[in-house]
Amino acid sequence: MSGHSTYNPTNPVMKWLDARLPLPRLMYDSFVSYPVPRNLNYWYTFGGILMIMMVSQIITGVVLVMHYTPDVNMAFDSVEHIRRNVNYGNILQKWHAVGASFFFIAVYIHIARGMYYGSYKAPREILWMLGVVIFLVMMATGFMGYVLPWGQMSFWGAKVITNLFSAVPFFGEPIVTWLWGGFSVDNATLQRFFSLHYLLPFVLVGVVILHVWALHVTGQTNPTGVEVKSGQDTLPFTPYATVKDAFALCVFFIFFTAFVFYAPDYLGHSINYEKANPLSTPAHIVPEWYYLPFYAILRAIPDKLLGVVAMFGSIAIWFLLPWLDTSKVRSAAYRPIYKQLFWILLVVFFALGVVGANPAEGWWITAGQILTFYYFLHFLVLLPLVGLLETPKPLPSSISDSVLANGSAKAPAAQPAE
Amino acid sequence: MKTIKTLLAAGVLGASLALGSATGALAAGKAAVAENVDFSFEGVFGTFDRAQLQRGFLVYKQVCSACHGMEQLYYRNLGEPGGPELTEEQVKAIAAEYEITDGPNSDGEMFERPATPADKFRSPFPNEQAARVANGGAYPADLSLITKKREGFHYPWYVSPFIKLVTGNGGPEYVRAVLLGYQDPPAELAAEAGDKYYNPYFAAGPWISMAPPLSEDAVEYADGTKATVEQMATDVSAFLAWAGEPKMEQRKSMGFMVLLYLGLLSVLLYLTKKRLFSRIKH
Repeated sequence: MSGHSTYNPTNPVMKWLDARLPLPRLMYDSFVSYPVPRNLNYWYTFGGILMIMMVSQIITGVVLVMHYTPDVNMAFDSVEHIRRNVNYGNILQKWHAVGASFFFIAVYIHIARGMYYGSYKAPREILWMLGVVIFLVMMATGFMGYVLPWGQMSFWGAKVITNLFSAVPFFGEPIVTWLWGGFSVDNATLQRFFSLHYLLPFVLVGVVILHVWALHVTGQTNPTGVEVKSGQDTLPFTPYATVKDAFALCVFFIFFTAFVFYAPDYLGHSINYEKANPLSTPAHIVPEWYYLPFYAILRAIPDKLLGVVAMFGSIAIWFLLPWLDTSKVRSAAYRPIYKQLFWILLVVFFALGVVGANPAEGWWITAGQILTFYYFLHFLVLLPLVGLLETPKPLPSSISDSVLANGSAKAPAAQPAE
Repeated sequence: MKTIKTLLAAGVLGASLALGSATGALAAGKAAVAENVDFSFEGVFGTFDRAQLQRGFLVYKQVCSACHGMEQLYYRNLGEPGGPELTEEQVKAIAAEYEITDGPNSDGEMFERPATPADKFRSPFPNEQAARVANGGAYPADLSLITKKREGFHYPWYVSPFIKLVTGNGGPEYVRAVLLGYQDPPAELAAEAGDKYYNPYFAAGPWISMAPPLSEDAVEYADGTKATVEQMATDVSAFLAWAGEPKMEQRKSMGFMVLLYLGLLSVLLYLTKKRLFSRIKH
């Protein structure tokens, strides 16, 4: 879709710049004249929302670092210092902490949208895989960030997660010692996590730029899954997508700020308000909510090494999604069976989260194992089979056709499009 | 607003009790559920009751501070907006009651001086070991964040997230419940007591080393409020809730403006979007 550039500067300064470094042209082509399918719905606004959340996390994070001290004896108190003594520090700290949660809420919706509308299929495999890389970088960043306040759950979470690497055959112990920078989670660990927590967001920015680049080469998918065929099918990014994204962002921020200002502790753990104490283990060590489904998969497997493999495999399998899904049809709207499987997977994933939040005892273990089994069954067996067996509904001949067919009636019953 | 919230909480609570009485919150290893208190600082517009915070501080000062420190607080906090809001003179006078170690001076010696509002609350013990020795091995927890780090409300997993969204974790209620929760141990446990006390609300309980700290008229309130044990427990819980987040009122008032702004902006953006898209088929 990256067609001929329509940027035509009239201002002499812009003309001069365009002949030397066409940055304004790049911006214009990417965010003004860039054609987007005319039938995008609100699920497609989360890419823009994620971009803003990333910037928000970086800005609040940079300011927090101006007041934070990465030292085991001072980290906890320095975060309290931010909450109590720094101007607007109480809000800043909560904005960053709750922001991490809402960053993940947005990314989960974004990923689910990609799975529903088949956004990973040719020619968008690289775009999709870069997205999975972004998710992994986000997870690493979030995990290390949670360690920095050096509360009880920070410490014990770090201990449990880093200990996973001890499952690696032969090299387990040396790897863990290397990660810790010593023989236990201690000052060296905190300092390297701090360093990496500051580094990774900029790695994230780099991968996001590649992600957006890939997007602008292939163009966006849309609720019909039919590729753009003519100018009839698209609208210019500005004003149409800009205004729609801005509205969606604003509504998203209402939810986000409602938590920041009125339930800032809801998504965290109370016990993290207690300073880290290596001699006192909390009753339940639980990671942040956004890791819970994967934590449940880890604990579902009785063998430590296989558990770790399953946990990483449960995300790594997303890399193979473009080839595991054998259907030629992109959008679940035209795939009656896959559509049901999608919703079942969503429920299973959510249920895994619930299992991950509860102690691994009694029937929680069985539930976790069944759900984990289904999770892998979905990707490894059901997805390839359904693509071969399912009879898709007839596709519209083009985006504009589907819009006109529904648009004239103005009552799109089962039409997910706006 | 408050009534709606209370009704909602009551409704969810009722439903949860009906659903969850069997699995019960008193599952093994969990503290008893604290009684919900309708504190003035709850809800979207909730603010602290200054008089209550001042009474609560008196209880902390005259009773709790004998063993419990509050290392995150400065004396100046007592005079800052959104807190007990004592006058500058009162804060200075309170700080001056405490001798703290400063130094070294120009002779290289540490010296004692009266605290000023810029100093942190003086801790009753110089370090954890000293505190343990003085308290029969038990460590009196720092109270700065006690209402943040402890939870008074425990519900079955399938209702907990919904109830707590409305009621919070019940940190202040936890403190109050522990202070009021001393009981005679059940007959079958009596033998385990040793020199400890039975308190089913205590997070690391049910045995607690702290003797019941409050007794009728243990403090004399300046505003004439009768110092019943329940009154003191409620007041000090409110004070500790403020101490856990002295900037709570600023947070809530700013949040209101932010939400108002975002709400209006959303309406405008929606109308813009609607107008824009009305011209085309989409």
